[in-house]
Amino acid sequence: MQVGLFIPCYIDQLFPDVGMATVEVLEKLGVQVDFPIEQTCCGQPMANTGCIEDTRPLAERFLAIFRDYPYVVCPSGSCVSMVRHHYEAYLAGRPGFEELKRKTMELCEFLVQVLGIDRIDARFPHRVGLHNSCHGHRELRLGAASELVIRPYNKVRKLLESVDGIQLTELERPDECCGFGGTFAVNEQAVSTLMGLDRLQDHQQAGSEVITAADMSCLMHLDGLIRRNGKSLRVMHVAQIFAGRPLSGSPLATSLAK
Amino acid sequence: MSATSCNHAKEADRFTADRPRVQWHDQALWFVRAKRDAAAHAVEEWEQLRETASQIKRHTLARLPEYLEQFEENALRLGAQVHWARDADEHNRIVLRILQQHGVHKLVKSKSMLTEECHLNPFLEQHGIEVVDTDLGERIVQLRDQPPSHIVLPAIHIKKEEVGQLFHQCLGTESGATDPKYLTEAARGHLREKFLEAQAGLSGVNFAVAETGGVIVCTNEGNADLGTSLPRLHIACVGIEKIVPRAADLAVFLRLLARSATGQPITTYTSHFHGPIPGGELHIVLVDNGRSRIRADRQFWESLKCIRCGACLNTCPVYRRSGGYSYQHTIPGPIGSVLGPLQDAKKNYSLPYACSLCGSCTDVCPVKVPLHHQLLTWRGEIVRRGLLPWRKWLEMKVVSWVLRNRRRYQWSGKLAGWAVRWTPRWMLYNRLNDWGKSRELPEFPRKSFRELYRNRNGRNQ
Ligand code: SF4
Repeated sequence: MQVGLFIPCYIDQLFPDVGMATVEVLEKLGVQVDFPIEQTCCGQPMANTGCIEDTRPLAERFLAIFRDYPYVVCPSGSCVSMVRHHYEAYLAGRPGFEELKRKTMELCEFLVQVLGIDRIDARFPHRVGLHNSCHGHRELRLGAASELVIRPYNKVRKLLESVDGIQLTELERPDECCGFGGTFAVNEQAVSTLMGLDRLQDHQQAGSEVITAADMSCLMHLDGLIRRNGKSLRVMHVAQIFAGRPLSGSPLATSLAK
Repeated sequence: MSATSCNHAKEADRFTADRPRVQWHDQALWFVRAKRDAAAHAVEEWEQLRETASQIKRHTLARLPEYLEQFEENALRLGAQVHWARDADEHNRIVLRILQQHGVHKLVKSKSMLTEECHLNPFLEQHGIEVVDTDLGERIVQLRDQPPSHIVLPAIHIKKEEVGQLFHQCLGTESGATDPKYLTEAARGHLREKFLEAQAGLSGVNFAVAETGGVIVCTNEGNADLGTSLPRLHIACVGIEKIVPRAADLAVFLRLLARSATGQPITTYTSHFHGPIPGGELHIVLVDNGRSRIRADRQFWESLKCIRCGACLNTCPVYRRSGGYSYQHTIPGPIGSVLGPLQDAKKNYSLPYACSLCGSCTDVCPVKVPLHHQLLTWRGEIVRRGLLPWRKWLEMKVVSWVLRNRRRYQWSGKLAGWAVRWTPRWMLYNRLNDWGKSRELPEFPRKSFRELYRNRNGRNQ
């Protein structure tokens, strides 16, 4: 099976290993990955600011670049939601758009729904807290939102649970927003910061060593707060855990990793 | 239209400066959200109820004129008097006229966000009428000369110590008292006098039933009953979106309302008023004040489905940490951020941005107002109407220009990485760097993903 790999701009530029880990996870499962080099950004920062006309050309580019792949896979729930739920305004009626919406998938979603995977072959012997990033959680419905009265499920957590040696922690507020929110993080710097600190506090009381998520943007914000405040928490994208990366850069890594 | 605009982030700074208070406020509201969760999860068919409620509201809004006329006809038949108010001003004048005709100079009110929206209290006070809010929380903020900071819990931002101090000054309770029971008792005694003196009672309305002409008021303190049965004159102020077609529809809405609002299965008092009490008068004022305009709005009409339960405020991570006053609008939180710009887009342009788009409000809303989608839609409108500050607008133009071309994008990435690596820390974390005020910047790697990927594939081939 061939997939077009969609790597969000900030992952490309700031967290290249998350992209590499995604490639490794997919290839290990026999997926043929192709990264179309022309891609840049889905346009979410502009769209979320309301700059519709500045988003349109990026949506059009995206369609042109990815329309011929059988699947488009991306390690970010937020950017996938942009394509699936918010491109309507720019691309409705364009040839190939309906298919694009159907076949653009977040990594965990692709593993579970398309490949039918329910076990990940990796080892990560650490206490891990899952941050349910909002767009993946409430727009892509990767998990059951706590507000809804529906049967609980969580695709990301389910995959994580299958990782060898992992211990998932229980949070007091399992799906509260971390306060990143794209430009919100700078427009509403004070509130955004308080939201992030409260998440860290929750992970600390739950005993997480590592915070993981299917969205690196939330983790970037949380990591910025962790480092500024000298906390001992670490962040890792789920793809990095799935790819078998050790707990990196922390003093704990050497003592706890085998 | 006001000339100046308010900036939520700036207003929020005043509240966020006091960390312990923010934490306390957040936890008080999260407690209510948790109670709501427990109550909702105890109702198996909750999602079905939400969907039904949403459909009833959609249907009713589509045929609002017919249902309003039906309501009027039936209310008249029951002996009520019905008044129509185009806007806040007309509403206030109608209420004043009724009061003056009856020689009223002391009025008791039960909770009504509509009269807050119309700024009725100051208007009546200017005309020499004493207005006493009888809902405990409302009374507290009234004594402090403040507006409510929440639509269901008007005094949620005030600590019990502060209430104790306020009551000591205004009601003569013991100084330093903080026991909620004692303070509530004191307020009760004080309000009882006011009830007895009052010549008229005014209430808001939660639902107005078209097929019966009855109005329904939900309270926890029974103050609506007292305020409207002790005095002979009852004025009920109703926003025109409060109409439901049938009495049976209440079976859906009453189950949703209290659970969503406070996590109670039902409010302590659900008062049904069908015409005036014997020997009394019931005046129903139907108020538009912009609602017809919203109803006709292709993008935002669904915000009229709102039943003012407050659940979206309780769940909103921003509201909980920025406080009700940071919105500078009668109705704060997610629903207020949709309604605010509908009333005055220039003044309230920043409200749709006071949101991380987490979507919790949309999922919690008992009538399925697509709140966070509407907030995003509003942002597009704000830009289209040229209300976004030019700096932000320009930033997005530049970023979009860069991203439209792969080479520009790659070069900008290199440049940014280089700048972050080589700029001295004191210069990098400057006062314009809003990210860096409280967070470290990410460490820019030397190679981007696309470079690593190309290198690897080059080796493989
Ligand atoms: S928008 Fe929905 S959740 Fe918010 S107050 Fe109205 S009914 Fe309640």
